[in-house]
Amino acid sequence: MNPWIYILVMAAATYAVRILPLILIRGEIKNRTVRSFLYYVPYATLSVMTVPAIIEATRTPWAGTAALVIGIVLAARGAGLLKVAVACCLAALIVEALII
Amino acid sequence: MSKTILFGKGIRDGIPIGLGYFAVAFALGIAAGEAGFSAAQAATASLLCNASAGEYAAFSLYAAGAGYAEAALMEIVANARYLLMSCTLSQKFAPNSPFFHRLLVGFDLTDEIFAVNVSRDGYLEPAYAYGTMLPTIPGWAIGTFIGALAGNLLPEFAVSALSVGLFGMFLAIVVPPAIKRRAVAAVVAASFALSSVARFVPVLAKISPGIVTIVLTVAISLAAAIIKPVPEVWDED
Repeated sequence: MNPWIYILVMAAATYAVRILPLILIRGEIKNRTVRSFLYYVPYATLSVMTVPAIIEATRTPWAGTAALVIGIVLAARGAGLLKVAVACCLAALIVEALII
Repeated sequence: MSKTILFGKGIRDGIPIGLGYFAVAFALGIAAGEAGFSAAQAATASLLCNASAGEYAAFSLYAAGAGYAEAALMEIVANARYLLMSCTLSQKFAPNSPFFHRLLVGFDLTDEIFAVNVSRDGYLEPAYAYGTMLPTIPGWAIGTFIGALAGNLLPEFAVSALSVGLFGMFLAIVVPPAIKRRAVAAVVAASFALSSVARFVPVLAKISPGIVTIVLTVAISLAAAIIKPVPEVWDED
């Protein structure tokens, strides 16, 4: 197996998955259920990926849990992307330092 | 807003993502090195794929002696959630937006780039999207390169803390609309709960995370679309 060709195959398949709907769905979708479905997709998919993964990403689950709680509280108060991300990192860092 | 300002805003929002990528890509680079790829090959794969799970899975397959067809199939399965995101993004482009923007923005359709672009009001701004890509694509590729080259240089506590940062960004995107709209709050809560069930119930834990993400995304979004269709103009709850 030539590694360079292998990498090109990886890249081509990955790009195809990303680009196909963008190429095929050019017009505005009128169907209300489909529109609603696509509206909810980002919230569902990002939430599914965040929990419980955030709790398992740290060396102790308490650090991830702390990051989750801090993140939700700050985001609910309207803090931006960067602030929430940094606060989550710090929360995990501090809890890990205390426990490990 | 001018294109330059949008581009700059994109760069600003992309920097924390790029830093997070840099740290996470370290681990990917180590895996690529162990699978038998050189640092240059690993970095090229990251530059062209911009996919964590998909790349990791294909690297492991390569180590196990898999062929090109298996690599292609693995990428399609591991990245299938991008099909859904790509559908959503297709509705975000302005009707008169030139076609080539779709080809370029689609190239770096990662979870995080999708998240920051789709959560903005109105049509997708290509200038903003390209701004978000500028720090993230090199962050991912360089992180992979150094990971493959230098292995475990970054201390464990830093990797641990930085990996949480990417999830923090997801929270910053899903929580504010969840507070304004009860339907979104229900979607977020159901997603948290069901994905935890899928992870911690022993029988379900064997299913790969990629499949869980797709199945739950489709099921929860469809249920929400049927129970609470999005109105043309949404009154805040």
